[in-house]
Amino acid sequence: MSTLSTDVLVIGGGATGVGVAWDAALRGLDVVLVDRHDLAQGTSGRFHGLLHSGGRYAVKDPQAARECVAENRILRRVAADCIEDTGGLFVTTPWDDPGYADRFAAGCAETGVRCEEVQPSQALRGEPRLNPRISRAFRVPDASIDVWKTVWAMSHGAQQRGARILPYHEVVTIDRSGDVVGGAVARDARSGDELRIEARVTVNATGAWAGRVAQMAGIEGVRVLPGRGIMIAMNHRLVNTVVNRCQMPTDGDIIVPIRTVSVIGTTDQHTDDPDDHTVPQEEVDRMLDEGERLVPGFRRARALRVWTGVRPLFEDAKADSTATRDVTRAHALLDHEQRDGVRGLLTITGGKLTTYRLMAQETVDAVCRQLGESRPCRTETEPLPGSESGEHYRLGERLARKEAELRGEQLICECELVPRSKLERAIAQTGSTDLDDIRRQLRLGMGPCQGGFCTYRATGILHERDGLRALEADASLLAFLQERWKGVWPVLYGDQLRQARLDEWIFQGVLGVERLPTAPETAGAGGASGAGGASGAGGASGLAPREAP
Amino acid sequence: MSDLIDMIEHGSLRGSLDHCVKCTICETACPVSNATPLFPGPKYAGPQSERYRVAGEPSVDASVDYCSGCGICSQVCPQGVKIAEINARARDALKREHGVPLRDRIITRPTWLGRIGTPVAPIANLALNLRPARILAEKALGVHRDAPAPRFAGRRFSTWARARGRERRADRATAPGAGPPDHRGLPRRVVYFHGCGTEFYEPWEGEKVVEVLEHNGFQVTVPRQGCCGLPLQSSGLFDDARRTVLRLARSLSAPLRDDADAIIVGNATSCTLMLKREGREILGLEDDPDLRLVSRRTYDICELLLALHDRGELRTDFRPIREIVAYHAPCQQQGHGIGKPALDLLALIPGLEVREMNARCCGIAGTYGLKAEKHGISMAVGRDLFDQVLASGAPTVACDSETCRWQIAHGTGRRSVHPIDFLHRAYGLDDAGA
Ligand SMILES: Cc1cc2nc3c(=O)[nH]c(=O)nc-3n(C[C@H](O)[C@H](O)[C@H](O)COP(=O)(O)OP(=O)(O)OC[C@H]3O[C@@H](n4cnc5c(N)ncnc54)[C@H](O)[C@@H]3O)c2cc1C
Repeated sequence: MSTLSTDVLVIGGGATGVGVAWDAALRGLDVVLVDRHDLAQGTSGRFHGLLHSGGRYAVKDPQAARECVAENRILRRVAADCIEDTGGLFVTTPWDDPGYADRFAAGCAETGVRCEEVQPSQALRGEPRLNPRISRAFRVPDASIDVWKTVWAMSHGAQQRGARILPYHEVVTIDRSGDVVGGAVARDARSGDELRIEARVTVNATGAWAGRVAQMAGIEGVRVLPGRGIMIAMNHRLVNTVVNRCQMPTDGDIIVPIRTVSVIGTTDQHTDDPDDHTVPQEEVDRMLDEGERLVPGFRRARALRVWTGVRPLFEDAKADSTATRDVTRAHALLDHEQRDGVRGLLTITGGKLTTYRLMAQETVDAVCRQLGESRPCRTETEPLPGSESGEHYRLGERLARKEAELRGEQLICECELVPRSKLERAIAQTGSTDLDDIRRQLRLGMGPCQGGFCTYRATGILHERDGLRALEADASLLAFLQERWKGVWPVLYGDQLRQARLDEWIFQGVLGVERLPTAPETAGAGGASGAGGASGAGGASGLAPREAP
Repeated sequence: MSDLIDMIEHGSLRGSLDHCVKCTICETACPVSNATPLFPGPKYAGPQSERYRVAGEPSVDASVDYCSGCGICSQVCPQGVKIAEINARARDALKREHGVPLRDRIITRPTWLGRIGTPVAPIANLALNLRPARILAEKALGVHRDAPAPRFAGRRFSTWARARGRERRADRATAPGAGPPDHRGLPRRVVYFHGCGTEFYEPWEGEKVVEVLEHNGFQVTVPRQGCCGLPLQSSGLFDDARRTVLRLARSLSAPLRDDADAIIVGNATSCTLMLKREGREILGLEDDPDLRLVSRRTYDICELLLALHDRGELRTDFRPIREIVAYHAPCQQQGHGIGKPALDLLALIPGLEVREMNARCCGIAGTYGLKAEKHGISMAVGRDLFDQVLASGAPTVACDSETCRWQIAHGTGRRSVHPIDFLHRAYGLDDAGA
């Protein structure tokens, strides 16, 4: 077993963990980060896409609202390129308690959420597809945030400062001797090799999995109740502003326009297993019904895919009366030296994506305290790599880039405008043969056809460039089809059903993928299957709706 | 509630991109992207790029201006994506932002041009055919020196129509019993929409339309009328196009309100398509009651005559014409979704040998081929048709749309006429000296 040695070991490569790595690297600490999968493949890669203005919490949770207000301002500055400044609306529909609007406005005023009431007609001019029967409308500075861009930017920035980022390394043991945690052992998911990482401080940033990792260190009572939520991406931007129902937060009350799609969400279902990605049909229906209330015609619009994420809702089983039970959405930083008398281990969980930076700041402050060093936080002012200009991302950017070289190279993914050279660069950079890893970098296969046309093109390029054996290339192709299929089948109706039929004709009719020879245990599928359960058993492409409920 | 419907309908044009399954049939059928790399193709520019467009944000894809608006993509799409219409809207947004060249402001106003050119037709025609003048026009305005320019007729169709109207009223006053034949339910009164091409450049086509209709017992009225706004719309000048088409809808709807059976008939297929569908759909005028009324009751001349024939009510006293004629159905005619009624009508004429051309587009697309930067593309698009015409040995090409006729004549040196010419001749109306 080889050994690494570092100041800070971060377990978990979601927004929080990578945020900790970036923060610590900026403070000049040496960092190693591990994740059992790729970065941002846990809850962070499965969230709703909303950079909260604080409006959502203005009545229910003023503390959370205040945090959002502050972080929203900071992130707009330091992560400008990851954010689209869509703005947000809170609207009172006929189904909402009309009394809430005034409480909402008062809550915003109290918590500092910038909020301006506008005439419904004015809101409708800006968003003509919105339900014309809205009676009140408020503008707030909601925005959408691309988590992958954010995470890659922080990860690259940290790496430039010497951090070692190790995806596909699952922590299997926490090294604890007596009352001191000295690091952990991680297993490389691809090679199976184990790696010992010695660290002065270990940060458990595993979100919904934080309880399990704490338990590896023999620490009890870190209870994270996973709350599963589903989201549905619609084929294009039905709205260009984040639209929230003006009511107490509930299910299916927000539509977020992000990149080329608009996403409705979400639900909150308690589950015992953070890796539970069940999509109950009833929840899909509920989302579509709620969508119809905000945007008439929603049910007739094309749904692209469904996914689920699992909230890390923290409950301290060890809590004395100081810990309030109501602030479950706020984050929790546990200094296990103070809490359990165990030095060298911190747990950071709960919270929101919007507050990842604050969570990272508090965590690294605590790391420095344990190390007895004073290193001021810099993430509040230091822009992420790529965001130096302070300009927000615009939806038209890819189209503009392609326009500049129309006669140039071939598009591999037409829906998301991914050109060949970008794909080749991503393959070289990630060193991954898993198309799903490439997808999160480039949005490959995330458009209307859900991989129908780019999967075989990309596999060919992978095969050619990486010198993959045919069997491995087959496995990549099948794993990616399987991955895409998982999100599509719960919304197989209307246009997306037609697309699925065409894709099926291509892959089964023309290419005969059902009969592709594959190795019995496919190497490439290892990472992808873990991300969401079902792997391509028996080499089936999964395109036939045999799993449909 | 009508707001709600409007909004859904309005959303549905863009919303139709949801139906795209990326099959690429439109790209294989697009005449423009197959002729030039400057237009990235209907799927790319339409349903694909539309997902990246945000109302109010800068347009970033000027290449959509190279779409000629022929509409073939929407016709061939098996899924019902309104591709050409999405492109037209994107072009409008582009023009709004980047401004419209003076040239486009001029060549998209046929009424205006016609009024200026008609009284001075000999000089204007001379200038339009004079090389140095054309070179100047290209340099100063960007109208291609070789682009097919119609000749001003020097007289206006409406002048003829007014005189004719007076004559007919006098006839009816002196011979009250001699009314038109009974049509058993078919509207006997038609409102003739002649369009600008007939008004200023080819008044004889309009005269033939009226004579053929009268020969079949119709009472034809010709209200005062202007342009339909299509040239403005296809150049992306939506606001002007809206004003123009609504003005026309006002004047055409008045006689329809007076007579519940009256219908509108036109021989300019692209302009009737504008009235039937494009004005409402592309310009988002679904809500205008005049335009809605007009759009419901507008027919293409060949569509009407064939319907008449299907009921056994078209007069078939045709004399033989021993000739070969090539027929090209213009893209905009295909946009009506009525098949190719001209082919069936021409087939009724004894002796006439009709050769249907199997080419997509002549390339002109209204004013597209006039533009200096696009003329070459338009000729490349038309090449296939031109070659087929030349190979057919036909001395004449029948075609329903005037700008296409001008382009075909320009590209082949053959004469090109509206199909109504042949019906008119076969009825013997041309030597009746009417
Ligand atoms: C449905 C839903 C919608 C949401 N929408 C929003 C929103 O719109 N806006 C917002 O601000 N917030 C939103 N949130 C909240 C937000 O997504 C989360 O709070 C945030 O992503 C948590 O990030 P994290 O890094 O703490 O956890 P994660 O992203 O889950 O990261 C934890 C990582 O730990 C890794 N891991 C676990 N066990 C191990 C191990 N043994 N070894 C190594 N690695 C391990 C996992 O693979 C994972 O990558 C939403 C949450 C849900 C569920």
